[in-house]
Amino acid sequence: MTARALTPPALTLTLDTLGAWVLALVWIAPLGFAAWAAVHSPTDAVGFRLSAPLTLSNFATAWEGTPWLRYFLNSFALVSTVLAGQFLLCTLAGFAFARFAFPGRELVFYAVLLQLFILPEVLIVDNYAIASALGLFDTILGIGLPYMASAFGIFLMRQAFRQVPVELEEAARIEGCGWAGVLWRVYIPAAKPTYLAYALVSVATHWNNFLWPLVITNSAETRPLTVGLSLFAAPESGVNIAVISAATLMTVAPLLLAFLIFQRQFIQAFLRAGIR
Amino acid sequence: MTQTPDHARNHDRRRMALYGWMLASPALILLTVFAFLPAGHALWQSLFTRTTSRRPARFAGLDNYIYLFEDPTFLKVVHNNLLYAAVTIPASIAIALVMALWANQALRGRAFLRTAFFVPTMLPMIAAANLWLFFYTPDIGLIDRITGLFGAAPVNWLGQPDTALWAVIAVSVWKEAGFFMVFYLAALQTIPPDLREAAAIEGASRATYLRRVLLPLLMPTTLFILVNALINSVKLIDHLFILTKGGPDNASKLLLYWIWETAFSYFDRPAAAALTCLVLLVLGLIAVAQFRGLDRRIHYR
Repeated sequence: MTARALTPPALTLTLDTLGAWVLALVWIAPLGFAAWAAVHSPTDAVGFRLSAPLTLSNFATAWEGTPWLRYFLNSFALVSTVLAGQFLLCTLAGFAFARFAFPGRELVFYAVLLQLFILPEVLIVDNYAIASALGLFDTILGIGLPYMASAFGIFLMRQAFRQVPVELEEAARIEGCGWAGVLWRVYIPAAKPTYLAYALVSVATHWNNFLWPLVITNSAETRPLTVGLSLFAAPESGVNIAVISAATLMTVAPLLLAFLIFQRQFIQAFLRAGIR
Repeated sequence: MTQTPDHARNHDRRRMALYGWMLASPALILLTVFAFLPAGHALWQSLFTRTTSRRPARFAGLDNYIYLFEDPTFLKVVHNNLLYAAVTIPASIAIALVMALWANQALRGRAFLRTAFFVPTMLPMIAAANLWLFFYTPDIGLIDRITGLFGAAPVNWLGQPDTALWAVIAVSVWKEAGFFMVFYLAALQTIPPDLREAAAIEGASRATYLRRVLLPLLMPTTLFILVNALINSVKLIDHLFILTKGGPDNASKLLLYWIWETAFSYFDRPAAAALTCLVLLVLGLIAVAQFRGLDRRIHYR
């Protein structure tokens, strides 16, 4: 892979390595600084004393400062609810668009694709009115429901199902399967990689989502981590840098760990799922 | 199949259609409730005056839109968002390309490089903003400490109108570049190595190879990334809640944040609805362009 005849190889490679490392260090610096600040006493963190002793007290202070456990559970419940809903709805709709000819299919599919651009984020005010009218204000379901019929998910599942050879379906039909049996025995197993990719992107997106949960929640009983963190770290609450760092690391830890373990899958998933 | 009587085939077709609609309907109902209906609701509400305790809403035609265009804050916010997009989009795409070119080479510590570039993408924007807050804090923040070494005076990056928007832009670029890098990286890996060798034999320099070979081949990826970047330039505002709250003096306020503020701080729903409609109109135009672009790409295949 070296750039043999294009430029003197050794020099270019060194310069490239140097540049890449500088950029990488700049990119990881905010996280690195937070990790450093989180394990130092607040005065040492502010004073930026590199040789200061390490401490874990910031994590204890942050943990006691607000109901994190509740927020973790809420975020967990939220991503599970959204994922389950998306799998169910997008599987059914994707299957319909991939394998059933019905009048108006093309037109309806275009309408679905339009939703890629009607961002739920832009519709917060009106979605708020609708979710409240449905009695979903300050519920986990209220945070998740607007995202469940994801146009992207429908598109993704339709593509995956279309790639399944029709012969497999015909074989299953000869065995006596109805459409539900065909879907369950043939199409869903064949689309496993797509489901995994979709799941990773969906979990990452909704674990990190902020604006809509902020608007639609009002109590610690439903608030996800992101909203909890924003309240905890608000300047009015008078918490210091070291403690905020500790809290921030706590909130990003689960997803970050998952990312480091499943790095390859995550990158593949984001490739498959450009539009989230 | 040819022996199947006509009415049986018709029956089959009707059943297929019924099942198709049945399977699609749960998703279609939710899409209607949380995308099409609210969009229509926004359009409808934007044509009425504000409801107050004394006066019910009355039809106002395009008044809300006219007020908006007369509102200096609106013009300021639109200007901010245009500047934000005009800087964030090319900067993050260019950095993403550089990252991908590096991450695609056999450099020392490639695994670390890829991880470092991509990690910001995985962080919640709200947490990322917390981390950046320490960099921007005047006097004690990391940036001021570093510039202080060279004798520069401390700067209140987030607190003064001249720098606040730029500080927000920097965070967005940092967050987005690694995400876009992944798409470039994938595209680079599909480019056959023969091309590079052929270019080398022809005596082409690295810059020529990049400009004449790589960039044209990466064009479809660039278009795809561009659409994502355009959408994100409206969507990404979480960091405003931590960093600047749109201030000082609206210097860093972006459209979506302004919609949120208009609706939930000033309770001016009609104005928020008019803003929503304008943003949706712009996104709709992007959608049309995107679908046309997609069509063309499909024809090439």
